[in-house]
Amino acid sequence: MSGGHSKYVPVNGVMKWMDERLPLPRLVYDSFVAYPVPRNLNNWYTFGAILSIFMVLQLITGIVLAMHYVSSTDMAFNSIESIMRDVNFGWLLRRMHANGASFFFLAVYIHIFRGMYYGSYKAPREVLWILGVFIFIIMMATSFMGYVLPWGQMSYWAATVITGLFSAIPIIGVPIQEWLLGGFAVGDPTLNRFFSLHYLLPFMLVGLVILHVWALHVVGQTNPTGVEVKDLKKETVPFTPYATMKDLFALALFFILFAYFVFYLPDYLGHPDNYIRANPLKTPAHIVPEWYFLPYYAILRAFDFNIGIPFTDIVLLDSKLAGVIAMFGSLIVLLFLPWLDFAKTRSGNYRPLFRQFFWIFALVCIGLGYLGSRPAEGGYVTAAQILTTAYFAHFLIILPLLSILEKPKPVPPSIADAILAKNKAA
Amino acid sequence: MKLITVFSRLIATGFAIAFTASVMTTAALAEGDGGTPHYPINHPKHVHWSFAGPFGHWDIGQLQRGLKIYTEVCAACHSMDLIAFRNLKDLGYSDEQVKAFAAEYEITDGPNLEGEMFERPGKPSDRFPGPYANSIEAANANNGAAPPDFSLLAKARAPERGFPTFIFDIFVLYAENGSDYIYSLLTGYQDAPEGVEVGEDTYYNPYYIGGKALAMAPPLEVDSVDYDDGTPQTVDQYSKDIAAFMMWAAEPTLVERKSMGFKVMLFLVIMSILIYFTKKSIFMNLKD
Amino acid sequence: MSAAKTDTLPDPSKRDFLYITTGTAGAVGTASFVWPLIDQMNPDASTLALASIEVDVSSIEPGQAITVQWRGKPVFIRNRTDKELEEARNVSIAELKDPSSRNDNLDNGDATDINRSAGEGKENWIVMIGSCTHLGCIPVGLAGEYNGWFCPCHGSHYDTAGRIRKGPAPENLAIPKFQFINETNIKIG
Repeated sequence: MSGGHSKYVPVNGVMKWMDERLPLPRLVYDSFVAYPVPRNLNNWYTFGAILSIFMVLQLITGIVLAMHYVSSTDMAFNSIESIMRDVNFGWLLRRMHANGASFFFLAVYIHIFRGMYYGSYKAPREVLWILGVFIFIIMMATSFMGYVLPWGQMSYWAATVITGLFSAIPIIGVPIQEWLLGGFAVGDPTLNRFFSLHYLLPFMLVGLVILHVWALHVVGQTNPTGVEVKDLKKETVPFTPYATMKDLFALALFFILFAYFVFYLPDYLGHPDNYIRANPLKTPAHIVPEWYFLPYYAILRAFDFNIGIPFTDIVLLDSKLAGVIAMFGSLIVLLFLPWLDFAKTRSGNYRPLFRQFFWIFALVCIGLGYLGSRPAEGGYVTAAQILTTAYFAHFLIILPLLSILEKPKPVPPSIADAILAKNKAA
Repeated sequence: MKLITVFSRLIATGFAIAFTASVMTTAALAEGDGGTPHYPINHPKHVHWSFAGPFGHWDIGQLQRGLKIYTEVCAACHSMDLIAFRNLKDLGYSDEQVKAFAAEYEITDGPNLEGEMFERPGKPSDRFPGPYANSIEAANANNGAAPPDFSLLAKARAPERGFPTFIFDIFVLYAENGSDYIYSLLTGYQDAPEGVEVGEDTYYNPYYIGGKALAMAPPLEVDSVDYDDGTPQTVDQYSKDIAAFMMWAAEPTLVERKSMGFKVMLFLVIMSILIYFTKKSIFMNLKD
Repeated sequence: MSAAKTDTLPDPSKRDFLYITTGTAGAVGTASFVWPLIDQMNPDASTLALASIEVDVSSIEPGQAITVQWRGKPVFIRNRTDKELEEARNVSIAELKDPSSRNDNLDNGDATDINRSAGEGKENWIVMIGSCTHLGCIPVGLAGEYNGWFCPCHGSHYDTAGRIRKGPAPENLAIPKFQFINETNIKIG
């Protein structure tokens, strides 16, 4: 699949003329038509395609919304409402964009967990995985800035809290925060630069996605067995029509779920306080981020204690900085996953213990998400501390230990054998 | 190797127990002592709304009654600055009626050729003028608590549903939290229970989202607004009508959204079935 | 891929029908999604609400004019004097550069003075979009060789009925849809 020989044959003179000058049709043909994919991919592998469609959808609806949005603190809130009320189909486009962000994240989480389960980060796919983590981080930055734009109460206080994270950095923290805000508090300069960056970052995202797909096409897709393709003819099918149709079907189902929320529960994933104009003098009683940030928010708030040398008053890390480091650390640790899990066996299907811990890890993430939505008080904080420990322990202790200790089940010699065995069983 | 497996399983089970236990017990802890009190005290009462559900539609008569309540009662303190008179056509009024309605309002316009602001009768393109010049005036006139704007209130006031109700809400399509809240608040005024202290000039209401009592006196009473369509003139009916009206004000495109949603969903289901069979037919080529 | 078993495959014509139906449905779905993306650029409801305005002209004496803004453009409303009317009436259609009335209130018609004015009984009133038909500058009133309007940008002269008489402009000044809704008020648009 990484081989240089292309099977593209121009269908007519025009395509041949083009092919000799800029072989774009050849690139598309080789990447999305003839590209061989393992025959045994299951439906969890369709989320890459779903994600690329959602990225395009977010770009289109976003560009269109930018034609009506006004990035000034006086006008932003009302301009969103004029989109909702007066612009032709404005309500539809805005609902699609806001809920589209949520579904983008839903798909990306499934995609990431799929990759974790099937060991898609292992050699030779480390760069592919790291690019994915960068895409994820850019996505988070983009959606955070997008959330500020409607200039509701949650927008304003989210911007205040998140930029406040930078003030935790010793000495240079506050200057950095003021530099980010363009003032001493969130205001017009902040809103304008967030709008500018919210428009810019998606294009960087597109660039990273192109690299991600390129890296994928160099090393080839993994598959549920985790065994590399040995026989192109027997073990793969061309991307079009097989993978395309499979992706399309999954996409159609995902769209049904998406439409259900856009048309019937458009405010379900949002927060009512964001229908109140931003008020710098009044914080909402209970501020929470969008659902896809909740686990990180729980990790941030888990640190309600200073870290110092025991039995002395020396503080090495105050609670604020510790929370911030832990929160960013929970993302950074993903970058090292290919080296933290160095077991030879790739797929979780043949690693019973790994599989067990994988599901526990998934539960830990959901638990953190729940705790992130609760007020930071009493037992919720204790629970968040336990789960935060579990989160990091999974990467830093469990995975390396499992790599050494676990004795995996025998892996089928090839994909073809696995398919045969499955057919026999059925 | 056996030992290692047992050991690892023990760790795994330990994590699982720690996880469940921590979530369970701490949730209970947080609800009890130590935590700040959570408002509203009572969950909103459920009302059957015509605009609920996938085929929701406005009850035009109800919206017209709601507008009457707004203009005769609420507008004395509450603005509704995102709604223009032209929007009232949604409520079944003709162009002429809207024009006449708008003309009853005085709108500040200008500057004129002399450079001065002047008052003129409202036009359909104007928005509802508020009772106060600005929010500071509004706050000063109301013991420091500015009455909130009505335009989005039905979406901005939605008490948390809690676990696991919020999961069921997805399946039963519950999205009327805001109008239920408004109805419950308006019908929920009562005497403070024994031993509960309420601040001066505030009124006890267990449905209020911001505390145990609010600064607004009960605004509606029997017969405070005259209905000409024979609808009962009770506080309960008034509360439903104004809540429905506020839901319309918060999202005039709600019905359009739901009816388009049905068409889109229908199309997507058919599309999925078609794609499914196309996919099946294509994959048949693969069968050995 | 080995040769497929023919008995498990549906009839080829049925299969083609399925593919064509799926493709068509997909195309229809995509097209209906594209429409909102196009339509959102059309004037929105708040803009359309200002598409017609009412103007009180009771205070405009003969020889006076006002300029009002309508759909983002200036509209000249002028109460013409008898002298101006006389001048405009004495011009024959043959002399005109543009013989068409350019009046949105008429289906068509010659650029006679009555066709350019507010009509029978209101001949003294003239209501025009104040945008030169050459390249869109705003002409100056009571100026030019014909004592009507003069566009300083490229030297177009209009007479007292707003008809182009000299200069590069191709058409008479456009008359928008308007009517007197009562003795004192004009509704434009």
